[in-house]
Amino acid sequence: MNNVFVYCEIEGKTVADVSLELLTKGRKLANQLGCQLEAVVAGSGLDGVEKQVLPYGVDVLHVFDAPGLFPYTSLPHSSVLINLFKEEKPQICLMGATVIGRDLGPRVSSALTSGLTADCTSLEIGSHEDKKAGVTYENLLYQIRPAFGGNIVATIVNPEHRPQMATVREGVMKKEILDVNYQGKVVKHDVAKFVPETDYVVKVIDRHVEKAKHNLKGAPIVVAGGYGMGSKEGFDMLFDLAKELHAEVGASRAAVDAGFADHDRQIGQTGVTVRPKLYIACGISGQIQHIAGMQESGIIISVNNDPNAPINTIADYVINGSVEEVIPKMIKYYKQNSK
Amino acid sequence: MSLKIVVLAKQVPDTRNVGKDAMTAEGTVNRAALPAIFNPEDLNALEQALRLKDQYPGSTITILTMGPGRAAEVIREGLYRGADNGYLLTDRAFAGADTLATSYALATAIRKIKEFDVIIGGRQAIDGDTAQVGPQVAEKLGLTQITYAEEILNVDKEKGRITVKRHIDGGVETVEGPLPIVITVNGSAAPCRPRNAKLVQKYKRALGAQEKAAITKDGEALPYADLYEKYSYLNIIEWNVADVQGDLAQCGLSGSPTKVKAIQNIVFQAKESKTLSGSDKDVEDLIVELLANHTIG
Repeated sequence: MNNVFVYCEIEGKTVADVSLELLTKGRKLANQLGCQLEAVVAGSGLDGVEKQVLPYGVDVLHVFDAPGLFPYTSLPHSSVLINLFKEEKPQICLMGATVIGRDLGPRVSSALTSGLTADCTSLEIGSHEDKKAGVTYENLLYQIRPAFGGNIVATIVNPEHRPQMATVREGVMKKEILDVNYQGKVVKHDVAKFVPETDYVVKVIDRHVEKAKHNLKGAPIVVAGGYGMGSKEGFDMLFDLAKELHAEVGASRAAVDAGFADHDRQIGQTGVTVRPKLYIACGISGQIQHIAGMQESGIIISVNNDPNAPINTIADYVINGSVEEVIPKMIKYYKQNSK
Repeated sequence: MSLKIVVLAKQVPDTRNVGKDAMTAEGTVNRAALPAIFNPEDLNALEQALRLKDQYPGSTITILTMGPGRAAEVIREGLYRGADNGYLLTDRAFAGADTLATSYALATAIRKIKEFDVIIGGRQAIDGDTAQVGPQVAEKLGLTQITYAEEILNVDKEKGRITVKRHIDGGVETVEGPLPIVITVNGSAAPCRPRNAKLVQKYKRALGAQEKAAITKDGEALPYADLYEKYSYLNIIEWNVADVQGDLAQCGLSGSPTKVKAIQNIVFQAKESKTLSGSDKDVEDLIVELLANHTIG
């Protein structure tokens, strides 16, 4: 009872990376709170799924295995969590800020009248004093996220309601196997006891999932462009530089919104979080949401003709110059000096 | 076959264009300086509703929004583009609502609207980016939901089914669900059609009660006052908590399980950085340095 729960998302028979990352975070939170870490998987044909999950330090894995549970649809997965949580009364529930997590989380929070904070960039444990009521709450989950277009960072707490729910994007937390032989308990539930037949009302007629076209998240070098690249053609220059450096190309939200780059290349709070050893920011001013998605990069180079661009304050190297001039020079001198 | 469609729309500060003048001297956001706009993804949702109306003549579109008196602007904007009517849910008791209390309020208003086949809203609003209100409204009404919709492909009211193409992580999915249903629409869906000139003429004087009160507060006469008696559609209807029989404990701040503990304004921490010019020598020196320390290979 009152443990930390992580909802594990399944594609086919594979647990999503974001869920494994949250297990690692969940383990740390559980240690701090002195409670257990529990995980929930719901899908179809899940024999052996515990091998993917328990090594992250999971004490109890709840398995819901039935034909109608994959592909994901809203109502059956909601019923699984709502009914399980009514029995188990978790204090914290974490899930990925994915299409599934952002469909499922709000429903569950509404049914349980518990608070949910979307797209957290940091989770901590701490106390909270309600001065008006004269009450101090210990061991609350601080759900920390940029808000209001990224101009502020808000710390959200749910003093009274449980579970305290939060979603986190893929790549924000780090996944780390705790112990390959970690001994956790596996509980296989009777799905029909949790999910009424009437929940299976949405039919998935057709489904295409492709492996990502690029590996932005795992790339050791990222060349990212912002609105300052000026056009889709401007981005071609970045692809040229990336090709030379064996890098991947990323983009700021402004560049994606302007149609300069595809949506799946967006770096930041509402996109991908990256931690490359080298990050080259080209024509990116550096809104906090963008910074949130790349600030842990090893070395940051900012190429910008605005010497006051906010990103310059976190850059190791600032090149004051126009991207049109500087990037071709980088390509040129890389070619000259690397061979 | 005609459909009753409710479009959920929100007036939001344009957080995408936070200029220098939008920041106060203390470095906080001056919300008043940001233009209030129709939440972009709610416009995509409106377009899906308008397409259903084109396809199934006799269908009606009702805009539902919650906010202060000036949020009636969102309803006018919807009327200009082809919506049939709208309701502004407005009450001090709704203020300070998190997504759950917002969803509760919207759900009570939808129950009062009573007849609906499809409830459509944007996936998320740009001031919060949470994407929670759609699914929570669905849960409160006991309906299912289809989120991240790209396009409504088909509606069969006799069979009570709707077919929707939606985005999923790394792909697309076509799903079929029951009516009534809640649908949230992505920004990558078809953009909303522009205002219709005839409808702008028809509705440009439409006002909510609070807007009228703001005009007449210094004893000024309401311009064209007779029009509002003659044409009832020029009176944008406002509903307060009592009108929708809302439970005060579930509204606004008191109905919000999440509390803001702290707000920190963004101050970037400067770290030791080298500033270079874009000259050939500086760029070459940097590349040579990065090659030498194996940052690039």
